[in-house]
Amino acid sequence: MAQIELSDIERVFKLGDSEVHALHAVTVAIEAGEYVAVMGPSGSGKSTLLNLLGLLDRPNGGTYRLEGRDVTTLTADEQAEVRRNRIGFVFQSFHLVPRLTAAENIALPLMLAGVPLAERAPRVAEALKNFGLDTRADHRPDELSGGQRQRVAIARATIMRPAMILADEPTGNLDRATGQDVTALLESLNASGVTLIVVTHDPVMGGRARRRLMMEDGALVADLRADAASTP
Amino acid sequence: MTPADTLRFATRAATGYPLRTALMVLAMSIGVAAVVVLTALGDGARRYVVNEFSALGSNLIIVLPGRSETGGVGLGSLFTSTPRDLTVRDAAALLRAPDVQRITPLTLGNSEIAYGGRLREVLVLGTSADYLGIRGYRMALGRFLPREDLERASSVAVLGATLRDELFGIEPAVGRMIRIGDRRLRVIGVLEKSGQGLGMNTDELVVVPVATAQAMFNTNTLFRVMVEARSRDALASAQRQVEDIMRTRRDGELDITVITQDAVLGTFDRILGALTFAVAGIAAISLAVAGILVMNVMLVAVTQRTAEIGLLKALGATGRNIRLAFLAEAALLSLAGALAGLALGHLGAWGLRLAFPVLPAWPPDWAVYAGLGTAIVTGVLFGVMPARRAARLDPVQALAKR
Repeated sequence: MAQIELSDIERVFKLGDSEVHALHAVTVAIEAGEYVAVMGPSGSGKSTLLNLLGLLDRPNGGTYRLEGRDVTTLTADEQAEVRRNRIGFVFQSFHLVPRLTAAENIALPLMLAGVPLAERAPRVAEALKNFGLDTRADHRPDELSGGQRQRVAIARATIMRPAMILADEPTGNLDRATGQDVTALLESLNASGVTLIVVTHDPVMGGRARRRLMMEDGALVADLRADAASTP
Repeated sequence: MTPADTLRFATRAATGYPLRTALMVLAMSIGVAAVVVLTALGDGARRYVVNEFSALGSNLIIVLPGRSETGGVGLGSLFTSTPRDLTVRDAAALLRAPDVQRITPLTLGNSEIAYGGRLREVLVLGTSADYLGIRGYRMALGRFLPREDLERASSVAVLGATLRDELFGIEPAVGRMIRIGDRRLRVIGVLEKSGQGLGMNTDELVVVPVATAQAMFNTNTLFRVMVEARSRDALASAQRQVEDIMRTRRDGELDITVITQDAVLGTFDRILGALTFAVAGIAAISLAVAGILVMNVMLVAVTQRTAEIGLLKALGATGRNIRLAFLAEAALLSLAGALAGLALGHLGAWGLRLAFPVLPAWPPDWAVYAGLGTAIVTGVLFGVMPARRAARLDPVQALAKR
């Protein structure tokens, strides 16, 4: 049983009178620990697919089994619980809460999960250390560089030790060097066993993934696997 | 999310936008301060009036002959059609009541007063020595009526200040003989000028012993009897005792009316109390306005923080988490505003007391609690809609907003 099993997923948006098929008959299975890049031109449905995988959106048809459980029929609160415990998000624009410090931003998922304050502090401190942010703990996002911001976001995405990380253009707002740092960081997480699914335009970044899902007009057009360990 | 975390998160959100929070708190505090100051004013006026009346002797009971109420058919009413006289003996009997301190009978009549060549119409008040103390008047000259048997018709008189001036001019009055009707009386004292008392002008009055007045007007009945209870608290029991004594003296029929000054005072109390309420109600409108402002501000906050709400949802926040966080924020803003308003209001009331020392402008407790309660309730109530809106946001669209 694969970690993620999508079968015949349909997602239709209504724009005025016309209907847009954002996703059409998408069927794919992703094993735990895989490193997948979702690629394709804009409007091809990459982000919609990622939102569906992250349970932020519901399909109009088809089934989504996450770890063997059909999650499309869950209530909103049940889905929130799955997101909280199994899924970490990394966004292109970081999405840090501007008034909270780096440490507080990282602690947000723990707070939402109701983890006691005393237990939070050591976990956040450890995460700050692991991501090289220990000197930045009390800085607000506007006092951090782009790379630091994304590292805070990744620390936040991993603090609950999720089964998978969904990253939407994680390097899109970063320069090349910091982008590579962030990519390496994500890959090291993947190496520790977390499923990593990255949506990207960037063929270089896409090329590093062991598996590439190519999308076009809402359909999966190619499922490429690198046989050997990917080129650096 | 634990309640403590919700509260902490809401506090950070409120302090994260200081200008917005300050304006919000200001609006709410003005509303609460208005309630506090206006009720302090209203209640101060009420207390002022009540105090003034109390100074007049609020533990007074007035007994008058005849019954003002319409009763059913009693045994007594079958045989008697007119009420019996209220006599001096009745008045004296009232002294037996344990809660009665002093009594004084009153008889009133119009007559002519003459001294030297001057003659004028005058209101004659027949009463006793205790009248002076019960009404709290003071003597300007001489002494008041002597303490003697109520049925003794001494030929003495006490003049009101204006009357003395008109009758005697610059001559000394005390010790002179005057004529009232066909009786000659000796002036033994002059009342201090007191101005218009309730109902009659004591300055133009001549006071004589009650028996003298009754003989003068050839009557047995009293106009009224003033009874002073031992204290304000004893008023009700004294009234009961007075009624009991009168009933026994009249073979079980109560053909007198007993009223207390408290009843008059109660009316004023109610009128001014209602006025305070009305003023508080008007002030409460500003609280409602502040409530709508809370809603507006919170709606703006939801719009401003749409991306944040989307993020929280992505991180696994339930609708309930988000609803509570925004409600807590609205409640915190209202609470802060209410407390600031309370301080501001007390400051205002203090200023009022400073400016008008006679006015005891203390806000009543109920107004303080009602003001605080209304502020918080409106804040939370108007916070519900924005909070629900936040909780219902679609996470994908919310995240897309930046």
